[in-house]
Amino acid sequence: MTIDLTGDPAALRTALESSLGEAGRAWLREALAQAQAQAQAQAGAGAEAGAPGPRAALPPWEIRFAEAGRHCDAPGAAAARVLLLCTAGVDAPTLHRLYAHGTAAERRAVLLALPHLAHAREGSALPLVEDALRTNDTRLVAAAVGPYASAHLDPHAWRHAVLKCLFTGVPVDSVHALARRARGDSELARMLADYAAERTAAGRPVPDDLTHALTLTATTAHSDATPCPAPVPAPKVPAEES
Amino acid sequence: MRIFDPHIHMTSRTTDDYEAMYAAGVRAVVEPSFWLGQPRTSPASFFDYFDSLLGWEPFRAAQYGITHHCTLALNPKEANDPRCTPVLDELPRYLIKDSVVAVGEIGYDGMTPAEDHALAAQLQLAADHGLPALVHTPHRDKLAGLHRTLDVVRESHLPPERVLLDHLNETTVKAARDSGCWLGFSLYPDTKMDEDRMVALVKEHGPERILINSAADWGRSDPLKTRRAADALLAAGFSADDVDRIVWRNPVAFYGLSGRLDLAAPATPPSLHEGNSILRGGE
Repeated sequence: MTIDLTGDPAALRTALESSLGEAGRAWLREALAQAQAQAQAQAGAGAEAGAPGPRAALPPWEIRFAEAGRHCDAPGAAAARVLLLCTAGVDAPTLHRLYAHGTAAERRAVLLALPHLAHAREGSALPLVEDALRTNDTRLVAAAVGPYASAHLDPHAWRHAVLKCLFTGVPVDSVHALARRARGDSELARMLADYAAERTAAGRPVPDDLTHALTLTATTAHSDATPCPAPVPAPKVPAEES
Repeated sequence: MRIFDPHIHMTSRTTDDYEAMYAAGVRAVVEPSFWLGQPRTSPASFFDYFDSLLGWEPFRAAQYGITHHCTLALNPKEANDPRCTPVLDELPRYLIKDSVVAVGEIGYDGMTPAEDHALAAQLQLAADHGLPALVHTPHRDKLAGLHRTLDVVRESHLPPERVLLDHLNETTVKAARDSGCWLGFSLYPDTKMDEDRMVALVKEHGPERILINSAADWGRSDPLKTRRAADALLAAGFSADDVDRIVWRNPVAFYGLSGRLDLAAPATPPSLHEGNSILRGGE
């Protein structure tokens, strides 16, 4: 079963529960209760809350976060981890620690959860997105280019994220709001055209996704962006998000 | 033929190796953490290595259709360096991870008091985390090292059926077998075991509780030794079922003791272009 990991937490929980057997649902209920208890304890502790010391025992919900793959299949484990992060009320130091200490699957869950975490709304978790975009692990790159990246990456970093997807084979449809941000972006168009030219010079095919992204950079009627010399057939369709 | 290499250091190997292993029938590997050749000088160096065994290396293996799990530990050699021993305090946060299927490699190198401590402490960590243990037997003074290892195992809370003794040979197999532990044999081009000796050993002792591995790393080694040994066993008259037991079912049974072995074939990742590669761009 496919679970939409970009959905809101309530929808995510509904989808996840319907995909689990009875044992899995029992595990999820207990794990979320532990995460809820953590959120309440943290709220009660106020400013004293934060990361445990280096040798302190991990909170129970963090153990559930680590072991999700033993109770759910891979898509379900990702959904469970996102739900746990949303429920536990993690503060910024905890979030950064969970990413830094995480497996690739755990880091991916942190990236997927970012749009739902209130404390990260001002962009404080951007270093995690930037870290993921430096990797060549396509699972992390794809998770990094979601709504949080769209909202917070500056134009230079965002353009490089688009190129990174093309270089590593991550479908550009993974890039949240690609059409909106790409529209009229003449610098992105130049970068894409240069990449296409480089591939053509090497005798390599230009990926369809590159052509697609280049199409999306087309200006609207009133834009003053510089038209780019495309090495591929000129776009024939309006640049609308599909 | 399906092959599970229960001990191989893929961090030190190339993508050509992954391709050749898949072509030879390797579908699953376990990568134990060990010494990198160049001594480490701080726990942080271990943490980056552990993170790689939990992140990048499984991703790399998946490009070639191979399932990757790992075992984590402070290795015997570096257990003697006080700059590295604080790793023991941080191991618990790693041992809860989904793809960690044992504590290892632990055991002896020079049979020092520091190694005694690290071995006992990590056998306890294995017991505490519901994990089996992969125990390296020493290259120097091997038989004495095996007996000392078995003494520490007997004093631990980990029962012998949750311990895999590795790098065994003709001189150590009997005591290891009598202990009730699982029996690991590493096949190397020059040292450790080879295919013909492995055939003779299986003829004498049977396939029960026996695992064979390439232990391939940065030294002279061969990641296809598991397949070569399997072919030698078939040529010597062992049945396909016996060989499957040694190169697949026994490692599955041992690491399955962790409850964390997930042998679902890796999904074809989006970066797998034309049957190839870890993309760096422009390829």
